[in-house]
Amino acid sequence: MTYIPISPKERDAMLAAIGVKTLDDLFEAVPAAHRFPALNLPPALTEMEAAAELADIADANEHVRGDLISFLGAGMYNHYIPSVIDHMLRRGEFYTAYTPYQPEISQGTLQAIFEYQSLITALTGMELSNASHYDGATATAEAVNLAFAQFRGKRKKVIVSPTVHPQYRAVLRTYTQGMELEVAGDDPNADLNSNPADLAGLIDDTTMLVVVQYPDFFGRIYDYTKLIETAHGKGALVCVVANPTALALFKTPGSMGADIVVGEGQPLGIPMWYGGPSLGFFATRKSYVHKMAGRLVGETIDTRGQRSYVLTLTAREQHIKRERATSNICTNQGLLALASAIYMSVLGKSGMKQVAELCYHKAHYAAECLSQIKDMGLCFSDPFFHEFALCVNRPVEEVNARLLEHGILGGYDLGQDYPALKDHMLIAVTEMNSKEEIDVLAEVLEEVSHD
Amino acid sequence: MTNPKIVEPTVFELSSPGRIGVTFPTPDVPRADFPTDLLREDLPLPELAEVDVVRHYMHLSKFNYSVDSGFYPLGSCTMKYNPKIDEDTCRLPGFLYTHPLQPIETVQGNLALMYQMQEWLKEISGFAGVTLQPAAGAHGEFTGVLMMRAYHKARGDHKRTKMIVPDSAHGTNPASAGMLGMSIVVIPSDARGNVDLEKLKAACDDTVVGMMLTNPNTLGMFDEHVEEIVKIVHDCGGLMYGDGANLNALLGIVRPGDLGFDVMHFNLHKTFAVPHGGGGPGSGPVGVSQRLLDFLPEPLVGILEDGDDEEQAPLYGFVKPPQSIGRMKAFHGHFGGGLVRAYTYIAMHGPDGLKDIAQYAVLNANYLLARLRSTYHVPFDRICMHEFVAEGQFEGSDVRALDIAKRLMDYDFHPPTNYFPLIVHEALMIEPTETENKDTLDAFADALIKIAEEAKSQPELLHEAPHNTPFGRMDEVKAARELVLCCWLPEDYNENA
Amino acid sequence: MNVPSNLKYTKSDEWFDPSTGNLGITDYAQSQLSDIVFVELLVEVGEEISAGKPIASVESVKASAEIYAAAGGKVAAVNSALVDKPDTLNSDPFGEGWMIKLEGGAEGDVMDAAAYTAYCDGRAH
Repeated sequence: MTYIPISPKERDAMLAAIGVKTLDDLFEAVPAAHRFPALNLPPALTEMEAAAELADIADANEHVRGDLISFLGAGMYNHYIPSVIDHMLRRGEFYTAYTPYQPEISQGTLQAIFEYQSLITALTGMELSNASHYDGATATAEAVNLAFAQFRGKRKKVIVSPTVHPQYRAVLRTYTQGMELEVAGDDPNADLNSNPADLAGLIDDTTMLVVVQYPDFFGRIYDYTKLIETAHGKGALVCVVANPTALALFKTPGSMGADIVVGEGQPLGIPMWYGGPSLGFFATRKSYVHKMAGRLVGETIDTRGQRSYVLTLTAREQHIKRERATSNICTNQGLLALASAIYMSVLGKSGMKQVAELCYHKAHYAAECLSQIKDMGLCFSDPFFHEFALCVNRPVEEVNARLLEHGILGGYDLGQDYPALKDHMLIAVTEMNSKEEIDVLAEVLEEVSHD
Repeated sequence: MTNPKIVEPTVFELSSPGRIGVTFPTPDVPRADFPTDLLREDLPLPELAEVDVVRHYMHLSKFNYSVDSGFYPLGSCTMKYNPKIDEDTCRLPGFLYTHPLQPIETVQGNLALMYQMQEWLKEISGFAGVTLQPAAGAHGEFTGVLMMRAYHKARGDHKRTKMIVPDSAHGTNPASAGMLGMSIVVIPSDARGNVDLEKLKAACDDTVVGMMLTNPNTLGMFDEHVEEIVKIVHDCGGLMYGDGANLNALLGIVRPGDLGFDVMHFNLHKTFAVPHGGGGPGSGPVGVSQRLLDFLPEPLVGILEDGDDEEQAPLYGFVKPPQSIGRMKAFHGHFGGGLVRAYTYIAMHGPDGLKDIAQYAVLNANYLLARLRSTYHVPFDRICMHEFVAEGQFEGSDVRALDIAKRLMDYDFHPPTNYFPLIVHEALMIEPTETENKDTLDAFADALIKIAEEAKSQPELLHEAPHNTPFGRMDEVKAARELVLCCWLPEDYNENA
Repeated sequence: MNVPSNLKYTKSDEWFDPSTGNLGITDYAQSQLSDIVFVELLVEVGEEISAGKPIASVESVKASAEIYAAAGGKVAAVNSALVDKPDTLNSDPFGEGWMIKLEGGAEGDVMDAAAYTAYCDGRAH
């Protein structure tokens, strides 16, 4: 079926007005040899059939709200999403609108983005936020673009902590292929026990940006203030990749002096959706706003004296600056920025903190239980938030297969990215995990340890 | 100066200390000690009840114009109707609540859907391979340009640094090439809106990476020499990039791969009705010809173990192309919000339905063109594809395209794209899409014709438009000069803390 | 449109004052750009630059432009006040809106005021 609301009679009247006989006559400019290919696609389904087919496909998955108990994180987290969010997202006025280029009839989207920017600013402790990027990884790569533009290509060294998410580091390398950069620090064989301050030794006068993660990929929390001071001493910028749930509880990167704070916004009320879409938040300081990519909404006034909002500083963007733009990005993740704004608003000061505290307590309970198991143990002793590396002393794949038999989605296999962490898994615990679930995890791992 | 009137307060202004929206259970585990030296001092977020939040966002939603509320002929954006069933399928729990790093055995549904989507997009476009990873059109473009660069590099062809772009191109084309340090060579359009072939030939040499061509172009014209253009670019060793922004006009009409294009991005949010969401998320898969297959980003979805026709389904999993440019984003692309909706849409259309889309999109555009060409000057006037560009100015009048656009709002229409493409003065770029009926098109044409009369009889009505919208024109200079980007000033907050 | 007769002009709408060594953008350029909201100076004091080199990047509400040196020489001063008050380029492009000062400036490909006036008239529609 199609969604075309034109009757055959109307069609014929329109063709007559145009002055052609058939629909096919409209395509004379298309090379005849290739015109109207027969597409080998399955025949059209009705809505009823499509609904059933998609339900079958979805049912072929095992998901974490019924089939599986999840302890998997590593960049995407199973958090509770209040019902109110999707009710608002389902408003056609929000989801079927385009980018707010006509502010007179887009104030809903514009004010929502402005509030999103304000909420992200508050959460990160920074001076401003843009309207969002595709995800945490691409936002991190855009931080490099900002620094590259800020130093006009004169500084070529980026220092990336090995404890930044492996996929983010991969994306950063993909994005910067044409910049002839020196990427330092990004060594999976580095001593992962070392303090982040050790990165300071790599910073020199050619360094444009230092990228660290907070909490780092292993869930550990460090105060980066000293490292940032060192970087600033050499004139370099620092980007902190942050988990937004952790920011409700822990010191802000802004208060540590960070120049850029980016991160994955999925924990803020966005479903995991097998990896996307979500959003990447991007916050920075006023002095870098002109080098920042991405949309930006600013407050102004209309001809009737009403407070209102517009896309601003648009001359930075690709549609005007073309090849001189910092980035080619056009969109933000509009609807998902709205989702996260609603999440932060409805949870508010107390709810956001509650979620972070629940994650913290439950993860620490889990760590305590699991570290009791003979032959297993925590890999690091530093303070952590809601993830930790557990040494299981046998191939993670085998352990996870056993867990899966019990309906448990085990942790991320760290050996994939870090040779030194062979037989280590990264366990994530959120407010969604009950004590009972954690106890079951401990029991099954206990069993595994006796094999 | 008086304070501006506040139509809807922000969530920070609505906040009242002690109000609570959502609460969570008390911990069922012992409380752990916090590392006190690492805690933040205060969390300056709003405090609201759920009803406050609902009313606030309901109020905001009413300030928006949307496809669900009316005609949205925004050129190059393909603002077609978004089928409601797609909203349900993409929210099936099996899609919503699967983690991207789950073992592949537990997500065979997702992987089968992605594999099928790759196959369908290949069939629709005539390409040899497809990546679903890019998050949006511009992201797909960047992916494509990275592959073009990698292709030449792998052949040891290091002097290719020039990207050819027509003057009618979207700004993303030069920006994508610019991100890789390429220089841009701009080729003008000829009098029929085609690429100027002589100028193109002169620009083609052994330093050319390739050409980025939008076809139909941003004038809404199908380039009458497209095969010749492809040949000229290929003959100098360059690759041909197709900007798929306007693919809606080509579904079942012609396959870019058959025309010799080497790489093209799809905009699932345009062509396959994934809703635009007020500016995102998009989804920008990329198709490539045989010679770019090895350079696709990782990972792709492949069949790891063949199934049989009866009982055993194949085992789907991830594969890495041998010379991959790398990863474009974390995880696997815009799966839920993008791919599931687009899959539903393609499944419901089938081959004939897809062709209908293109034919009726082109019918609607040509019908509007026929209704408007005696009132508005159309500089490139021949049978158009899914859109056309008219001039929003009149002899002896100071009314501009912007005024016409704003006045259209008073007639309850969303304005067309204006001031783009850059090669038409006072451009109004009109794309009706296939999901509008004749009555709507007639009402829109009538409004534009009426506005043309108003432009002569009472131009101030246009200069001051819109009048019937909840907000008037905005002071964009004030926004850019004062740069208030946040409800509250972080400096004030820090001082008070 | 103001075109002071003592200055030299480029086709890309910059001016150069041979007597003071000052460089900037013309009245025509600022009116085409409209409200300028951002100026970034791309050269530093002491730097040797050649004519035609980008010296600044400006952005208005609706446009952006690179500004090129109308003359070459050693940069003696840069007008960093513009960074905080970019609208000076709109209000006083030939005076307070100077961008950089050159020492021993050698003119690039420039024309006199009469030729520039004719050049601008030729571009009006």
